[in-house]
Amino acid sequence: MRQAHWLTPGLAAASALAIFAACLLGSTPLPADRILAALFGGADTGDRLVVWSIRLPRALAAFLVGAALGVSGAALQGLLRNPLAEPGVLGVSASASLAATFSLYYGLVSLSPWILPIAAIIGALAATALLAIAAIRTSSVVTLILIGVGLSSFSGALMSLLMNLAPNPFSLSDMINWMLGSVANRSFNEIGLALPFLVAGSALLLVTGRGLSALTLGEEAASGVGLNLRHQRIFTVLGAGLATGASVALAGAIGFVGIIAPHIIRPFVGHDPARSLIPSALLAGLILVLADIGVRTIPTDNELKLGVVAALLGAPIFIWIAMQRRAVHD
Amino acid sequence: MTKLIATQLSVVVKDATLVRDASFSLAPGEFVALLGPNGAGKTSLIRASLGLQKPSGGDATLGGDQTIDLRPIDRARRVAYLPQIRPLAWPNTVRDVVALGRFSHGAALGRLKARDAEAVDRALEACDLVRFANRRVDTLSGGELARMHCARAFAAEAPLLIADEPTAALDPRHQFRILNLIADYVAQGGGALVVLHDIELAARYASRLIWMKQGEIVADGPPSETLTAARLEAVYGIRAQVSGSRVDMAGPV
Repeated sequence: MRQAHWLTPGLAAASALAIFAACLLGSTPLPADRILAALFGGADTGDRLVVWSIRLPRALAAFLVGAALGVSGAALQGLLRNPLAEPGVLGVSASASLAATFSLYYGLVSLSPWILPIAAIIGALAATALLAIAAIRTSSVVTLILIGVGLSSFSGALMSLLMNLAPNPFSLSDMINWMLGSVANRSFNEIGLALPFLVAGSALLLVTGRGLSALTLGEEAASGVGLNLRHQRIFTVLGAGLATGASVALAGAIGFVGIIAPHIIRPFVGHDPARSLIPSALLAGLILVLADIGVRTIPTDNELKLGVVAALLGAPIFIWIAMQRRAVHD
Repeated sequence: MTKLIATQLSVVVKDATLVRDASFSLAPGEFVALLGPNGAGKTSLIRASLGLQKPSGGDATLGGDQTIDLRPIDRARRVAYLPQIRPLAWPNTVRDVVALGRFSHGAALGRLKARDAEAVDRALEACDLVRFANRRVDTLSGGELARMHCARAFAAEAPLLIADEPTAALDPRHQFRILNLIADYVAQGGGALVVLHDIELAARYASRLIWMKQGEIVADGPPSETLTAARLEAVYGIRAQVSGSRVDMAGPV
């Protein structure tokens, strides 16, 4: 069997290296020895500030957001038995950022710092639940994707409405940040607010991953081998909703990375959805860390948004995967 | 002994009665063929008796427990259920698909316990699939796929097996192969209920035939008693001559 044992450790090492590289690169280049000193307590306060308050949290945020989207994408693909399923494509990210923007718009966030991540998670859960209900009623993959596209458009329309009614340019630029997706200026505070939900969601997906393998057989045969379909749907929806919501709370909507990472991973894990979860999370995290390094180092007048770059790279790959599929199936 | 007993099951979906007052049993050591034309309610009867579909009347027990209340994992350990074959979602390897038969024993793909790996090996061996074990399922022929699904069911090592049209779309040689595999399983003490459309094959392999028509069980007994020209005309609407397990069909009534 083509079972790659180096896959998970290799990706983990590459991710750690990429995060370290993200600390090196930036407007003031710091050599590796000064970074290491800053990371492990030595060095001068200026270096420590740059590393601990700016570069490391940003790189970690990019990694965590990618990991959440990667594991959610791999799990949703297993649940819906469809390589094109992903929080972004299915409108889950858009619904989450709508809910987050809504809480910003009405000033609910001033009540508690937890309001924002919780709003994003509620948005994500609502969208995932709607999709899961639709998935029960239709076996058609196309219908499901179309529902996701509709959900995405509707969230986008409501977002436009909020922007249209935005009281001042400041809140307008805040909302645009949510729509475009970015990890710039993230602090350990914000990571701490999203992390519990992100960890809980990912853990739920990993614990219930075995059922996703059974779903390879189709729902009828999966229940034939002993899968509790109802529980599986609830757990996967809940896990993906929590993880995606937390990632949106941290970075806004970032699309396509949840499709691309599992797609690359699948051949290395025997096309088993359960075994693709962890490597997909690592690879998606790695991709976003690298993309964010690109965002920071490409000299543009306005810094590029991570979500824009992810979509620019990801959308063509999405189309390519969709066309491949058509050639093989039906 | 694990026995499946359905008592006066009825299934009504919206206005349509799919199954009406159907009673039957399946015990280890039996090879039962479930016969009837398309739309007779065979699949609905199976699903209701397994508790996969809530019956509108009657009940079914498996080893003494109501199937509707059984946890899916407990049901799967007592009866291996092979629904009609559908395409797989991903191009897994044959070994992985067969290993899914061990799901109810807690097996996780890629890290099987020794006990599960042995059961998978036995099932691959029994179904002559050892050389296909590492092949991707999208490279298999229809006959090989059918054998793989049988192996998946055998890997569960459950006392009962229910298979819905396991020989659909197979050539005669592969139909024989699949039925031989199931006959071996029965010879080793399993009990099998198999939906078949080939009446001669059913009569040759099965110890009992259950005949369904329009949602009702119209006959249940050994081929020698229940396979008659009158029955074929009543159930399938065909004219035929019957001698022993030989059926000579002449055409529709």
